[in-house]
Amino acid sequence: MSKVIHGKAYVVRDNIDTDQIIPAQYLTLVPTIPEEYEKLGGYALCGLPKDQYPTRYIPEGQTKGPYTIVIAGRNFGCGSSREHAPIALGAAGCEAVVAESFARIFFRNSVATGELYPVESTTRICETIRTGDEIELDLDANTLKILKSSKVFATKSLGDARPVIDAGGLFDFARQSGMIQAQGNHSKATGELAAKEPADD
Amino acid sequence: MTLTEKIMARAAGKKSVQPGDNVWVNVDILMTHDVCGPGTIGVFKREFGKDAKVWDREKIVIIPDHYIFTVDSKSNRNVDILRDFVKEQGLKYFYDVIDDPNGHWTFDASKGQLKRQYGNSFAGVCHTALPAKGHTRPGEVLLATDSHTCTAGAFGEFATGIGNTDAGFVFGTGKLLLKVPETMRFWFEGSLQKGVMAKDVILHCIGDVGSDGATYRAMQFQGPGAKALQMDDRMTIANMAIEAGGKNGIFEPDDKTFAYVDARIKANGTKAKYDALFCDSNDKQTFVYDKKFDLSKLEPTVACHPNPGNRKLAKELGSVQLDRAYIGSCTGGKTSDFLAFAQVIKGRKVKIDTFGVPATPDVVHDLQTAKMNGKTVWQVLEEAGVQMTENASCAACLGGPNDTFGRLNKPMKCISATNRNFPGRMGHLESQVFLASPYTVAASAITGHITDPREVLG
Repeated sequence: MSKVIHGKAYVVRDNIDTDQIIPAQYLTLVPTIPEEYEKLGGYALCGLPKDQYPTRYIPEGQTKGPYTIVIAGRNFGCGSSREHAPIALGAAGCEAVVAESFARIFFRNSVATGELYPVESTTRICETIRTGDEIELDLDANTLKILKSSKVFATKSLGDARPVIDAGGLFDFARQSGMIQAQGNHSKATGELAAKEPADD
Repeated sequence: MTLTEKIMARAAGKKSVQPGDNVWVNVDILMTHDVCGPGTIGVFKREFGKDAKVWDREKIVIIPDHYIFTVDSKSNRNVDILRDFVKEQGLKYFYDVIDDPNGHWTFDASKGQLKRQYGNSFAGVCHTALPAKGHTRPGEVLLATDSHTCTAGAFGEFATGIGNTDAGFVFGTGKLLLKVPETMRFWFEGSLQKGVMAKDVILHCIGDVGSDGATYRAMQFQGPGAKALQMDDRMTIANMAIEAGGKNGIFEPDDKTFAYVDARIKANGTKAKYDALFCDSNDKQTFVYDKKFDLSKLEPTVACHPNPGNRKLAKELGSVQLDRAYIGSCTGGKTSDFLAFAQVIKGRKVKIDTFGVPATPDVVHDLQTAKMNGKTVWQVLEEAGVQMTENASCAACLGGPNDTFGRLNKPMKCISATNRNFPGRMGHLESQVFLASPYTVAASAITGHITDPREVLG
């Protein structure tokens, strides 16, 4: 499946932890309840220090923002195991985070939920790309392009995690591949599961 | 193989595994709490059907602990969602806030924050409660929807945090696909000197590798210095593996481990059988990092704002004036943490607002019965001006709803015996948190600035 994500960038730096992505007081919202899922989007990245990030990711009073791709430095998503973090970003309209590196659980949760593509850059791009820049992420060519300057950066391949996110997350992928039965049937993982399921950690 | 590799191989039914292998492991215990439990239940029902049954009703442990003592209605509702699910599924291990299985939990703010509002089944902070209630066993695989699940590596098991979707999958299947991590070895020699605690050891190690230095990796704590540590100390250290980005932290089990685990299994009547695994000889283990640490050389250590890898020595930070001190959480709210804290505090007065939140009701009980100079430890702390609550929970360690006990509701500097200090972690976005041992937190509470506890320890 060819996949190009195009839109405005929102740029952050190193060690953006899950408390900055979705502050702990909003964890009372349960992501599987649709109206609470939507509310989570409104709080995405609202824990960023205001002096360093004067432009809000989500405009006050809204649940979705104008930024399709978040650009980050090292260790994006460190801290807690809360799945609310990729979910809040996904609910806010973020389709991909391109970072120098990711914390393990955030990466895994992004893949399992299918909320967004956690893509690693090969260089430090958070110093070059500016918030608001129109950019294009090509998941097949493994490139990230700034449209105005036509500057192109290389990104790493998502490998086995890609088809899981393409499918919409762990369960959709497992179902599509026949590893678990169709929705609504309580099913044990089949014997094939171990052989087929891709790495998502 | 390293200890983590051995446990994962056995749980996957394989003779051996290598770092990078993706293997389906059988899960021994899956734990969730009030913050991620309702979402996990939602995923399970959405994906397996509304009438689906969990894979094993005795292998799921549910411990409400995060947002309990708050008037926030969604928080109270989330505890009720857990109770309904436990009833529906007939789950064996649920440590409810209230004792009535048909009741509803509401926190009564008019009774204040300090006096106990929970029933007899409540267990407090999950990572402290899991071993106390007999759910940690050497050689097993423990997964839970919380990043500090790595605490249980103290008992020689593979323990790591997962998200709701993964946990929902485990609810239905009892399995999860995990990548075998590379292992970093932290070889401990020597013993801790006066004024230095397990918290200083792990803050030192995290400072050494950085707050992402162990990302995707296992941290294996080994050597004579590791063997000399008590179980509580090992828990404090393993708890913070995640603060270096680690997938898990692990200690080799020994007689201390077995005595601790067996006593709690017996007291609680949980599953008694387990098969411990031990470290292979050095030539049979491969590490991506292998470093010796002489524990006798360590000094009281602080992780400064804004991340747990920002290491300094307490003695270098005397100029940092503080507004608040806090002791509690899964890493710093155990009985031994409070006893160390009280050893410094006793007979003195705190100079800044100081909050104490025991991790579990058992810790409350210990502190209200153990004596120090003829008084209970609880009295000693209260007389020094520490605001002690009986309502054991995660409390302000992660901020939480605005009425959470001890939460930093305005910009301030706080020294804390907790485990994480990214911006906004304990509440206000512009507050700053400095992580330190119970000794250092106590010494700093007395002086009002960051203080090396060796200056005040008699």
